[in-house]
Amino acid sequence: MNIRKFGSIVFFTHILLGTLLVLNNALALDITIEQGVENPIPVAIVPFGWSQASLAPIDLSKIVAGDLERSARFEAMDFKDLPQRPAEYKDVNFRDWRLLGMENLVIGQLVLTEAGEYEVEFRLIDVYKEKQIAGFRLPSTKAQLRTTAHEISDIIYEKLIGVRGAFATRIAYITVNQKRDGSKIFSLQIADADGHNPQILLESPEPLMSPSWSPDGKRLAYVSFEGKNSNIFVQDIKTGKRDNVAANKGINSAPAWSPDGSSLAMTLSKDGNTEIYIMHLESRTLRRITNNQAIDTEPNWSKDGKKLAFTSDRGGSPQIYEVAVRGGGKPKRLTFNGPYHARPRYSSDGNSMIMVTGQGGIYRIAILDLRNGFSDILTKARLDESPSFAPNDHMIIYTTTGARGTTLAAVSADGQVHQRLALQDGEVREPAWGPFLPRR
Amino acid sequence: MNTKSMIVLIFTAFLFACESTPEKADDAVAVEDQGTNLSDATDDASSEAQTYGTEDDETSGISSLDDPQGPLSVRIIYFEYDSSDIQFEYRETVEAHAAYLVANPNTIMTLEGHADERGSREYNLALGERRAQTVKRQMTLLGASPDQIRTVSYGEERPAIDDHDDYSWSQNRRVEILY
Repeated sequence: MNIRKFGSIVFFTHILLGTLLVLNNALALDITIEQGVENPIPVAIVPFGWSQASLAPIDLSKIVAGDLERSARFEAMDFKDLPQRPAEYKDVNFRDWRLLGMENLVIGQLVLTEAGEYEVEFRLIDVYKEKQIAGFRLPSTKAQLRTTAHEISDIIYEKLIGVRGAFATRIAYITVNQKRDGSKIFSLQIADADGHNPQILLESPEPLMSPSWSPDGKRLAYVSFEGKNSNIFVQDIKTGKRDNVAANKGINSAPAWSPDGSSLAMTLSKDGNTEIYIMHLESRTLRRITNNQAIDTEPNWSKDGKKLAFTSDRGGSPQIYEVAVRGGGKPKRLTFNGPYHARPRYSSDGNSMIMVTGQGGIYRIAILDLRNGFSDILTKARLDESPSFAPNDHMIIYTTTGARGTTLAAVSADGQVHQRLALQDGEVREPAWGPFLPRR
Repeated sequence: MNTKSMIVLIFTAFLFACESTPEKADDAVAVEDQGTNLSDATDDASSEAQTYGTEDDETSGISSLDDPQGPLSVRIIYFEYDSSDIQFEYRETVEAHAAYLVANPNTIMTLEGHADERGSREYNLALGERRAQTVKRQMTLLGASPDQIRTVSYGEERPAIDDHDDYSWSQNRRVEILY
């Protein structure tokens, strides 16, 4: 990158090096449920005990109840209806809870240690069997308390639904706001999966696209037009430092991390038309994967790192193909029923794939079962795009476009749960669901 | 013949000679109207019959670039849904801009490719590029040098109209010609 280009990049964007612009506990995304499961699991969450005279720094039970309710698979008992508020197992009156039909009870305590740190104890209790299903003591700093609450929700979800919860995760997305003079400001942001703690990573007067999380959750790759052309950047989330990894003539876009974090698949048109390449990040060497007059774009790695799915119109219209990362061979076409399939994303367990499917001017999110070839359309609007799996494969976040522009929505992989994620100001699009945090 | 008649004779002869120059001016005008042979016009306009037309090629080219009625005033080519074919109505525009590039070998043009918002964003980025490349290819077939034509795609990211209906989409499927 020459000096002039660097100068223009600094001029055109605000890069928040060293510090992240934290918008406090402000809610970035307001998440509402549009549709839930028919028989949500009843759960009673008792406000956690706190032995100090001062106010507790956080209401953990409220966050847990919020998480479980928002999943639309649980119904949390109203706090005012709780017959008792035990903090310890020995204080639980099982008969009271059974009378109310509350089969699942969550109790806990927040403890301030001598060192000034915290410990969170919680127990998930089966009220009919009078048994503890799960119990943990989790150390935490003050700043980590919210995340700790989400970890508790994850454990409860796993014990009662059978799938690891994805509450202690983050999402990345692009926002677009209009200034008074009519010009636009684009930003790349991350937030907790419940919409809290938004952080701006980049602001630019030129478009931003395609955020993609590294598997360790520490970096984001994205496309920026700040250099008056599409370029790929990789940015460290904590420090804000970034690398312009692809700035060739033509298109540089669609970055996709390999599961081992060493490489990025990407779309480059420097050799004549859009093709898929794999860049080894440390050496910056490129390996070409497709060689075809058609549009080849939107690569996505299978979680075992062995295959790439991508969009190609080599057959006349956009469809999804799959190719081996090593050994090449002819790409195999995966989609057949319909004139338009694009934007593939493998599930973590490798059993399914989500995509955009288009027919008659209507574009929706579909899920394809890779084992039997059956597909289902999950969403109901007319202009849906950019689907992203939660790391537990249970929820899919995506963009939907209405009369007032783009907004986020989420749907469960089985189609039963629908959520809306509205931004306070402006439009929001291109969500990317981040990975699980390492398990304690 | 006395001197006075001589003077009248010479004066009359001179008048006839003057009358011929308007014809020469007409010739200069006729050459000008043919358009591209501007250099011929400036050569012929060395005498008093100069009307319009300027010294060198580039500035006379810019005056036709600025001409609000001329084909070079059309700077946007629109496309059909999911297509990168140049519609017949834009042939003249493409030809005129290609000819301009041929006549002005130092001029660089940028073709910006765009797509409407439907479908996936990354595929639309490639579709925008395909449109720009199609226009470029057509111009190079007409003699323009590929070194004079830069292409860039914005996909659906820079719509001309921010609305979400058929009319807006038709206005967003475009290639913009920029000098």
